[in-house]
Amino acid sequence: MLRYAARRLLELIPTTFGILVLTFILFHVVGGSPAEVILGKNATKESIAAFNHKYGYDRPLLVNFRDERPFWDSQFLNFVRQLARGDLGMSTEYDEPVADVLKRGVGPSLSLTVPILVMGTLVALSLALFCAAFRGRAPDRAVLVMSTVLMSVNYVVWVLAGQFVLAYRCGLFPIWGYENAFYLVLPVGIGVFSSLGVDVRFFRTAILDEIYKPYVRTARAKGLSGAAVLVRHVLRNALIPIVTYVSLAIPYLFTGSLMLESFFGIPGLGNVSLNAIHSADMAVVRAVVVLGALLYQGVNLATDLAYAWLDPRVRLGT
Amino acid sequence: MKGVWKRLGLGGRLCLAVIAAYFALAVFGEVQYRVAHARDVTPAYNVVHEDARYQPPSWAHPMGTDNLGRDVALRLVQGSRIAFHVGIMTSLIAIPLGVLLGLLGGYFGGKVDSFVVWLCATVASMPGLLFILAISMVVGQGLLGIYLGIGLTTWVGVCRTIRAEVMKHKDRAYVQAARVLGYSHARIMFRHLLPNVAHMILIQFSIRFPSAVSTEVFISFLGIGVQGEPSWGVMINNARLRLWQGVWWEMTFVTAAIFVLVLVFNHLADELRDILDPALRNESR
Repeated sequence: MLRYAARRLLELIPTTFGILVLTFILFHVVGGSPAEVILGKNATKESIAAFNHKYGYDRPLLVNFRDERPFWDSQFLNFVRQLARGDLGMSTEYDEPVADVLKRGVGPSLSLTVPILVMGTLVALSLALFCAAFRGRAPDRAVLVMSTVLMSVNYVVWVLAGQFVLAYRCGLFPIWGYENAFYLVLPVGIGVFSSLGVDVRFFRTAILDEIYKPYVRTARAKGLSGAAVLVRHVLRNALIPIVTYVSLAIPYLFTGSLMLESFFGIPGLGNVSLNAIHSADMAVVRAVVVLGALLYQGVNLATDLAYAWLDPRVRLGT
Repeated sequence: MKGVWKRLGLGGRLCLAVIAAYFALAVFGEVQYRVAHARDVTPAYNVVHEDARYQPPSWAHPMGTDNLGRDVALRLVQGSRIAFHVGIMTSLIAIPLGVLLGLLGGYFGGKVDSFVVWLCATVASMPGLLFILAISMVVGQGLLGIYLGIGLTTWVGVCRTIRAEVMKHKDRAYVQAARVLGYSHARIMFRHLLPNVAHMILIQFSIRFPSAVSTEVFISFLGIGVQGEPSWGVMINNARLRLWQGVWWEMTFVTAAIFVLVLVFNHLADELRDILDPALRNESR
């Protein structure tokens, strides 16, 4: 187990390096300095130079051989060192450290995304079990057709239709705001519905992959009822792909939902990121991208270790 | 690959017919766009009629007019043109990239494969939509940003499927035989392996296309994508303004157009998967 964990930890190094390089290429090499966007088209050369100097956009890209400052005083190495220190840079829009901006957003994001993930998974799993119980027959097909229809509705349409019909026309929910839990009901509902189609189809396949295995026939033969076999035996084995699938959504809990947050006025990270993209606030976008990617790595590692601990085949195989 | 059409059910054929109809509209839109640009006049879908704003559907305007009196039906056709541009261009970026890397990784194994796996893992860990938005922001708003944003992030799925398939094939007799005959690696990869994994490319294309279209709608809706041209996302954003006052037609027709195209493609993808890859059945996306 320790050997496996050590090997898996070592694998983090190249991917983390890759994430840093990719982010750096995108934001520093391709993107360059955001000075002109932020200072406007009429900015003088001096003010652009001052901006570039203040935010370090005038340093060499990879390694510094240009002046007498140490070789690591380059954009890439500064970026890596800052990240390692937990310093995410300054937001040009808010004029405060990016870390503070992000910290404010995490709470509201989680209050929206965690209920979506929990409820969405439970609803989709129940529907998938229902499908499996009636596999190949009319109820199963009806749910499948519904899922394909649901996943073909554009996300934008879900949000607009929910807001327009349920909140505005019927007046069932508040249209906009973040004051108490009731304000979250509609966005959570929309979030659950919009991902239902894809989830049900995936879970159903995971369950059906198990259902034709010999142990199911054995369980039936010894007299267990269909429902008991489904829940106690099939579901437990099908949980492996299901948990993997769900765990991949965990990093996105923190980065929040771009659409739902901006349309329902929830001050979470999705909202922050979208504003940052609109105002070319590179430091914030870069921070969310990097942290999201690193979080993804972390969650992946945790899932893999959990499997290795639960299932000896994983740590002994490969 | 051969006989896909014969094995396609009635539903699948209907889907293809609907896609062909959309494609014909897109071609019509492209001609209209090109002609207007060549003559240097405002194309018909962009002509502003101040006196004909917010007109409900009628014989003159079968889908009504929008906030500037522009014909919604004509703009919808342009939206279809942009949707096909996005679906095809992003596929032209993502599929060759994914196929090439998948072939190399699966065929050579070892260090090459480690590199491919590393690249996939790195790109896959970037936070999806935000990363696409960041790319289109950095590249500059407009269609090019969308092509690159979607194209450069979605090749991973193609690469992983092709790689897995090639790994299954590379020890089969025909590959061994080609190697014994002394064929070059490139020839074995492209002349022998590629045709045998080509059905995967078709499946991947049918899966990628609708999701690329949906993503473009989303990005353009947010005002980061297409500018000044009637993409479906731009139209939804436009239609939203007066929906509250009962201007339902623009929103209804645009959402219906997107829904039908995406639905039809999703169903076609399902059928293709059932025909070409029975092992996968209805697995995710």
